[in-house]
Amino acid sequence: MKLSTKHLLGIKDLTRDDIQLILSTAEQFKEVLQRPVKKVPSLRDVTIVNLFYENSTRTRMSFELAERRLSADVLNFAATTSSAAKGETLLDTVNNILSMKVDMVVMRHSASGAPHFLAKHIPAAIVNAGDGINEHPTQALLDAFSMKEKLGKLEGLKVAIIGDIMHSRVALSNMYLLKKMGAEVTIAGPPTLIPKYIEQALDVRVEYNLKKALQWCDVANVLRIQLERQNQPLFSSLREYNLAYGINRKLLESLGKEIVIMHPGPINRGVELDSDVADGPFSIILNQVENGVAVRMAVLYLLANEQG
Amino acid sequence: MKTILSAQQLTLTVKRLAHQILEHNATLQDTVIIGLQPRGIFLSDRIVAELRGLVQPGAIQYGKLDITFYRDDVRQGLHIANSTDIPFSLENKHVILIDDVLYTGRTIRAALDALLDFGRPSKVSLCVLIDRRFSRELPIQPDFSGKTIDTIISQKVKVCWKERDEVDEVVLV
Repeated sequence: MKLSTKHLLGIKDLTRDDIQLILSTAEQFKEVLQRPVKKVPSLRDVTIVNLFYENSTRTRMSFELAERRLSADVLNFAATTSSAAKGETLLDTVNNILSMKVDMVVMRHSASGAPHFLAKHIPAAIVNAGDGINEHPTQALLDAFSMKEKLGKLEGLKVAIIGDIMHSRVALSNMYLLKKMGAEVTIAGPPTLIPKYIEQALDVRVEYNLKKALQWCDVANVLRIQLERQNQPLFSSLREYNLAYGINRKLLESLGKEIVIMHPGPINRGVELDSDVADGPFSIILNQVENGVAVRMAVLYLLANEQG
Repeated sequence: MKTILSAQQLTLTVKRLAHQILEHNATLQDTVIIGLQPRGIFLSDRIVAELRGLVQPGAIQYGKLDITFYRDDVRQGLHIANSTDIPFSLENKHVILIDDVLYTGRTIRAALDALLDFGRPSKVSLCVLIDRRFSRELPIQPDFSGKTIDTIISQKVKVCWKERDEVDEVVLV
């Protein structure tokens, strides 16, 4: 058994078997991370560059930790402090890095499709760490891993994805993954933040009433309002958004059932999630972060084996 | 196809290995048994069951180790990882590694590497069911061996367990 792909560009390209293989391998890496020595020598002969054209805390650190715990050599690149600021093109930058014998590229870019473009032009394996408003596959994988860990299965699970669906690569990757694994998906949020025709395109349900969505679901994956990607006002104010779509403890307690709260981070506290929920007993947000390292180790380990 | 061990011989061999282990460590104090995933587990399960009937059952610490992430041929094809379960420290313990067939010695080399990540054992011994003695690629030898055989590279030793293959036997293919 092996992955059906040479790169991880998006969940869209993965088969159900690929996803299962990544999740089961991640389980073994999670055990590695509980050992006194949290490191294995698997990728001793592999060099990986983290190419970040957009800011990141969790994803970048999580990838770097995953790489180091697999014993790979790691190079870090941040666009703002590099020659990209002098106008060097993406392809030139990557070709220069690869000529220094780098085997894999982990990249984040604000342009949707940037990793797909690179994959066509360079021989190295590419892992998409988020491209514009398209996909963020490792986030969806770690979300799925966390749901499975918490609730025991993905098949038949009811997942609500709440908030800024329009600008969220996390939402798109999650929808692809959950549908492939047989979960039911409802998306909820203000109409201006939900793309038209999404029900037909992705076979999901749309619900504009937050409380109804929460009452239906087992898991609520709450997204960040991405003000940096909104070039026109899509709701009148953050305060109003919080009143209509913010999740607080009182609301959760009124549901009469327990649901799991997830968030990919960074959280806008007091906007999509209030602190009493983000830090509350139903939240598995920090478990998601912990699982991220194991899931990324699995992705890198499996892709490295596709090379050579 | 040639039978190396029949079902009855296999049962007797497992019993003998368990007794040999006890002969060297009468109370199993500070001793831990580690079976190697995936195929060594069938043997280690049986040896541990045998030992539990011979000493205080609580005295035996038993773990399972998967060496996939420590292999020296990572890039020559994908290996699927199995679970590792060692819920105790190996610091200053006598570790008895158990695997079904000792062939090139490379699995054991990887296992020795992996063990060190769980603490520094005071001693490591190796127990195998079948020792293919002339096929070694590394200087590694068993301390307890069920049966030593002479084989050539083109031959394969197949160990079948009732739990999985419905029959207990070892054959040379």
